[in-house]
Amino acid sequence: MTGAPNPSYDNILEIKNLQTSFFTKDLEVKAVDGVSFNIPKGKVLGVVGESGSGKSITSLSILRLIEEPGKIKGGEILFKGENLLDKSEAQMRKIRGNEISMIFQEPMTSLNPTFTVGQQISESFRIHEGLGKKEAKKKSIEMLKLVGIPSPEKRINQYPFELSGGMRQRVMIAIALACNPDLLIADEPTTALDVTIQAQILDLMKELQEKLDMGILLITHDLGVVAETCDYVAVMYCGKVVEFTDKKTLFTEPKHPYTVGLMQSVPQHDQDVDGDLAVIRGSVPSPADMPQGCRFAPRCPFATDLCRNKLPDLETDEEGNQIRCWIYSDEWDGDPEVNVHEQSKSTS
Amino acid sequence: MNNQKVLLKVDDLKQYFPIKGGFFGRTVNHVKAVDDISFEVYEGETLSIVGESGCGKSTTGRAVLRLDEPTDGKVEFDGTNILELNKKEMNKFRKDMQIIFQDPYASINPRHTVRQILTEAMEIQNAVPKHERNDRVKELMETVGLGAHQIDRHPHEFSGGQRQRIGIARALSVDPKLIIADEAVSALDVSIQAQVINLLKKLQREFKLTYLFISHDLGVVRHISDRIIVMYLGKVVEIADKKSLFTNNMHPYTKALLSAIPSTDLEAKKERITLKGDVPSPIDPPEGCRFHTRCPFATDICRTKVPELRNTEGMKDGHRAACHHMEAIRSGEHQPTVNA
Ligand SMILES: Nc1ncnc2c1ncn2[C@@H]1O[C@H](COP(=O)(O)OP(=O)(O)OP(=O)(O)O)[C@@H](O)[C@H]1O
Ligand SMILES: Nc1ncnc2c1ncn2[C@@H]1O[C@H](COP(=O)(O)OP(=O)(O)OP(=O)(O)O)[C@@H](O)[C@H]1O
Ligand code: SF4
Ligand SMILES: [Mg+2]
Ligand SMILES: [Mg+2]
Repeated sequence: MTGAPNPSYDNILEIKNLQTSFFTKDLEVKAVDGVSFNIPKGKVLGVVGESGSGKSITSLSILRLIEEPGKIKGGEILFKGENLLDKSEAQMRKIRGNEISMIFQEPMTSLNPTFTVGQQISESFRIHEGLGKKEAKKKSIEMLKLVGIPSPEKRINQYPFELSGGMRQRVMIAIALACNPDLLIADEPTTALDVTIQAQILDLMKELQEKLDMGILLITHDLGVVAETCDYVAVMYCGKVVEFTDKKTLFTEPKHPYTVGLMQSVPQHDQDVDGDLAVIRGSVPSPADMPQGCRFAPRCPFATDLCRNKLPDLETDEEGNQIRCWIYSDEWDGDPEVNVHEQSKSTS
Repeated sequence: MNNQKVLLKVDDLKQYFPIKGGFFGRTVNHVKAVDDISFEVYEGETLSIVGESGCGKSTTGRAVLRLDEPTDGKVEFDGTNILELNKKEMNKFRKDMQIIFQDPYASINPRHTVRQILTEAMEIQNAVPKHERNDRVKELMETVGLGAHQIDRHPHEFSGGQRQRIGIARALSVDPKLIIADEAVSALDVSIQAQVINLLKKLQREFKLTYLFISHDLGVVRHISDRIIVMYLGKVVEIADKKSLFTNNMHPYTKALLSAIPSTDLEAKKERITLKGDVPSPIDPPEGCRFHTRCPFATDICRTKVPELRNTEGMKDGHRAACHHMEAIRSGEHQPTVNA
């Protein structure tokens, strides 16, 4: 984002004002409420935020996999400059698992238990590249080797339940990468794994990302994973992006009070915290009583009347970083000297 | 630490789960979930157990409470070997030892109000005189920061972090000495997790509680613990005070585990010890040192001889690790035998 303005084809993905809602009995749950962000070609964007902030629904919207009672209400999803929301279902089917791949948190639920690992990878080669049976098998073995599965000639005949969690996740990655996608969407790909296995998978993803020059949308709740794998980060809160920055800025000068609170409340394994941990008071509002102003106002230590009454816009600064908070606007009506890095430590 | 009172003493604890099979449903094998471990918990401290999925952390906690009957060993609580007690005698001890689980929802009756949930816990343990229970419930709600006005609500009307507070209130309701927290904050969002961790620490100070804290999150563990046990495949591989464990660790597995955690420190150029392969099965664990199949330092002796937990020069009192080569690895004399 830094430097020269980027024409649209510099970004593999550009999301503009995406809105996806679930219509339940008596209310509309605005799961994704005007989300915008870009992923430059060949870069990794991390998406972080609390449970329920709309991370998964954003990624399912990109693939147009939202089911009833959900609906994409508006916005644009420009993939290589073309709006996916204008595509027919048949066109989307060609894009999914071909130009855009996805890996989910639980590999067991997305691998088909009744087919062997080999059959599932081969299928991708046969459908997308029109390869014959023998060719596809050969390519599948190569792919399994690439993701670091030992003796792939044997593994290819095994069923998903015969593999460990780490190996199943590798198979998922192999399937996702088989088609050589331009964009990979990975929703908590390592959350269910042990840290020593997570380290193997993240190293692998980074290595392949560079080799294949693909863009990655990585959803994670782990700021350590962000620090080690991402180039840019979008922080989501209640269906909105509240901060979008390059990684370095996120860790050195986070701006949004929610981001700051998030960073301060995570205990780290490589440093000591004296006394209590910093906390963000309260909890995420329910969709039934969403605050009308800034969604974070009820929990924010700096909130003013302006914050409580009026929703701030996502503003872009000269570096291309984006922030949705009144503190950084000319209209700010609170303490002009406010320091967002001084938050309170309390248990309430 | 050494002149502190030992509240819980676990000796040579084994938990083997039978695997049935064959035509006659006979026991064909065992999962050696916990295989001969010993440790002590001092009154008022937090001792954590860390390690990868399936290494036996929860099994250890459950065995200590006799939720599963251990295969062998001794569990002394306050000087009494509770594994020898009959059901009635055991019930007296139950109120002193409480557990908080990862998923508070799974362990509380969703149809009951918070008042019913807490009163019931006191009834079962016969902990508080009947006429005082109502006041006690209100007091507990305030203690865990929920507010007495929410007393007649149902669990689903609370957020995840609030439900975990209900679980904590229930554990506290019988005035326990020891609380086993099994992944008690793991499912919570970080902002909520910090609230609950602070609460646990506050309650410990106030009520002189002793915690056995089971977790796979080393950040949380570093913050909350006094001492830490690292387990691998049913065995204790290292036990140490917090400072020693994070800054003077001796076991290759501890080192690998710590180096695998992604760090938010962008400046830190750390050397990652990448472990090959997966954790072996506890049904048929490797001979010798159980870590030898993945250990970059393994030699012949590691493949045949089980290393003892021991203290050696340069380690603080009470710090012990189970590795044949720890001295030579530290001095740099013994380099990785395979490229890691
Ligand atoms: N089928 C559905 N019906 C109604 N609401 C839904 C449905 N699926 C998701 N939602 C709502 O949409 C919002 C966003 O959900 P989403 O799954 O995107 O969260 P997330 O950020 O991925 O959270 P997590 O970190 O827990 O995975 C939540 O409030 C959720 O309750
Ligand atoms: N009731 C049981 N019957 C058979 N095997 C069991 C039983 N309970 C646990 N095990 C096995 O014992 C081993 C240790 O399990 P345990 O639940 O103690 O692991 P853990 O360290 O708590 O892991 P996690 O971090 O995943 O919770 C595992 O291999 C598990 O499959
Ligand atoms: S005993 Fe051997 S195999 Fe085990 S940790 Fe030490 S060096 Fe590695
Ligand atoms: Mg999700
Ligand atoms: Mg467990």
